[in-house]
Amino acid sequence: MLYFSKLRVFSVLIFTLIISYFTISNFTKIDDDYFSKNIKLGLDLQGGSYLLLEIDNNPVIVQRLQSKVLELKKFFKDKNIKIRNFSIKDQSIFFDVNDIEKKEVLSLLDDDKSEINPYFQQFKSHEFDIENEDNSFKLTYSDYGLVLLKKSSLDQAIETVRRRVDEVGTNEPNILKRGNDRILVELPGLDDPGRIKSLLGKTANLTFQFVANNQEQSFGTELLQYESGDREAIVSKRIIISGDNLVDAKPTMNNQTNETVVSFSLDRVGARKFGKATSSGVGKSLAIILDGKIISSPTVQEPIVGGNGQISGDFTFQSATDLALLLRSGALPAPLNIIEERTVGPDLGKDSINAGIMSLIIGFILVVAFMFYKYRFFGLIANLALISNLFLLVGILTLFEATLTLPGIAGIILTVGMAVDANVLIFERIKEELKNENNSIVAFDSGYTKSRTTILDANITTLIAAVILFFMGSGPIKGFSITLGIGILTTLFSVYFIARLITAYYVIKNKHKEKLI
Amino acid sequence: MKTIYFNKFYKSFNILSGILIIVSLVFLVFKGLNFGVDFKGGTLIELRTDKSSANITKIRDSFNQMNLGDVSVKNFGNETDFVVKFEKQNSNDPKFIDELKTKLSNSIGYVDFRRVENVGPKVSAELLRSGVIAIVLSLAAMLLYIWIRFEWQFSLGAILALFHDVIITLGVFSVFSLEINLSIVAAVLTIVGYSMNDTVVIFDRVRENLRKYADVKIFELTNISINETLSRTIITSVTTLLALLSIFIFGGEILKGFSLAMILGVIFGTYSSIYIANPVLVSLKVSQRTIVKEEKE
Repeated sequence: MLYFSKLRVFSVLIFTLIISYFTISNFTKIDDDYFSKNIKLGLDLQGGSYLLLEIDNNPVIVQRLQSKVLELKKFFKDKNIKIRNFSIKDQSIFFDVNDIEKKEVLSLLDDDKSEINPYFQQFKSHEFDIENEDNSFKLTYSDYGLVLLKKSSLDQAIETVRRRVDEVGTNEPNILKRGNDRILVELPGLDDPGRIKSLLGKTANLTFQFVANNQEQSFGTELLQYESGDREAIVSKRIIISGDNLVDAKPTMNNQTNETVVSFSLDRVGARKFGKATSSGVGKSLAIILDGKIISSPTVQEPIVGGNGQISGDFTFQSATDLALLLRSGALPAPLNIIEERTVGPDLGKDSINAGIMSLIIGFILVVAFMFYKYRFFGLIANLALISNLFLLVGILTLFEATLTLPGIAGIILTVGMAVDANVLIFERIKEELKNENNSIVAFDSGYTKSRTTILDANITTLIAAVILFFMGSGPIKGFSITLGIGILTTLFSVYFIARLITAYYVIKNKHKEKLI
Repeated sequence: MKTIYFNKFYKSFNILSGILIIVSLVFLVFKGLNFGVDFKGGTLIELRTDKSSANITKIRDSFNQMNLGDVSVKNFGNETDFVVKFEKQNSNDPKFIDELKTKLSNSIGYVDFRRVENVGPKVSAELLRSGVIAIVLSLAAMLLYIWIRFEWQFSLGAILALFHDVIITLGVFSVFSLEINLSIVAAVLTIVGYSMNDTVVIFDRVRENLRKYADVKIFELTNISINETLSRTIITSVTTLLALLSIFIFGGEILKGFSLAMILGVIFGTYSSIYIANPVLVSLKVSQRTIVKEEKE
């Protein structure tokens, strides 16, 4: 049908104008959140850093198993059951029991109401899988136990990462979970991620432990390296206080030594423990240990009871600031590895935008000129449809605040090239129809009708490719699939509503003219 | 318009396509593809120098001294820009890139790192896998779509045409050692969509003509259909190529590989719609009965 109701013409017009408005709002400055939206630029266009971090959960698993062993020991002791030969190997707990108590142990571990091996109704699984051979037991994290463990360490890690990134104060960072052990950090505008990387690369486990002297140590000792790498010391395994006890930390200047130090304050529990330890330990060396390395080991001159202290070391102001930041933001549950990094400098981003816009303009002019050359007046109609298509496409991207990437711009240009296809199919069909049909209105009408399935087929195939790319692609490629996919929808709209409206109007006005197209 | 007898050359072009596919496969199997850091892992640095101080040999020499594994240095766009790729990826060491930069500027003077990409082995393996899955999935989806829309003879023709385009495009990348990265996967998927689009337009016409003319042999009928849709085929290819050429020439170095793959794909896609998809219909002896039978059911 070439007839359009007034209402329809009106709604098409309004819709197109509203969406086009958002396209224009990219280039204007209006101070209103509702009416001034801007397309978001991907990191490849505005410059910035993309970091993909993976949690190394192995230490967490070992740590949890160790505390589980303590739990088990206490649990069975309370029940008066003798358990022997506890050991942790290959991320499993091993132990032996006596013959008579074997059944009871098994039922305590395998019961739905088990206190020591919780049963998760929603997963139909215990936290641990149990293997039992003769009198030996083996407990290993079940798949769901592992999922829960990973989930909780991811939740904890992402909070710490967020605090650290926020403290550095970058511009609108984007921090997201990826899967169950990855964190994506996007830092727009940052062209040297070195500092952030070094901050995220540290677990920041801080402990205060005495350097062991020759006296007997009830907690055992360990040999640790100094941060500087040139010395080592034997320290007691007994942890006096840890980073958890810290409430604040900041870099300051020590007036006596003129050194940069990190001063900290402790919470009440920490202050009491620290006071007690330093009172009894005057004259001893106190090792300050970060992530298994000794920062410094000052000698305790007098009891420190106020809950305030200082960490000295060979700090520059920058490194003291960073350490204070790490201590304030808390420790990560597990080390993070950076497994993917992409950084684009801001001037390359600018160059990419310019090149993208340049090729869009030139591609657009070439296509428009070619269409005008091939179809004259109808070429103008197709071009008008193409222009409104562009406005709709950019407008919708803006409205949904989609991220525009360099491949995304390529997708827009490609849409310009492929969008005319639908109008070409229609115009060619009309030409054929006009050969056997004298009534031009009928010819135009059947030209539109007969080409419709072909146009749908042709666009659906491209849409399929775009949808698959959207789900499988990452980052910039996703941007391409978005513009390509939305481009197909706006193309169909511009062809069937805008171009067809103008065509209809023109044909009805000129129905007696020879050689309409 | 004058009729062009495309069908006269079905045989010769099929032989040509066969040879091209075999050559492509031989190259793909024995030479393989030149995977970029996205799929191979490693580090890519795009750097800019000031005019006087640097050339490829100098940059390569200084990187070679740094113990980074296999290093490749290429000019990128203009004579002051270079892309350096090497095997070592060490993004966990926050000073890694800074140290490289200091060492490099000690030997060649001013240098600016415009882009750094660092992909670990785990991620690159995952990216490669999801790239392959994306391509396979899109081929399967196209197969499904065309199987629903057309009779099996048509599906076979369209799918053979698709494989033809993808294999030869990748073959060209293998022969000239052009880099395969994430954007090439996007290009291949778009080629799949475009090639399908082109084939479907001709097939729609073939099916329409099968209904119209009972007594025309499929050999003639495909030729009629190709001719009837020819001006559309040409106009759409030209506009798409104009847009792609514009990206290729003005869109900057990063999009060069992407637009080149697309340009090749559009050319092969247009050709295969005519010379692969249609001869399949001929050799499967498609006739009016093929589609009438289907419609009766």
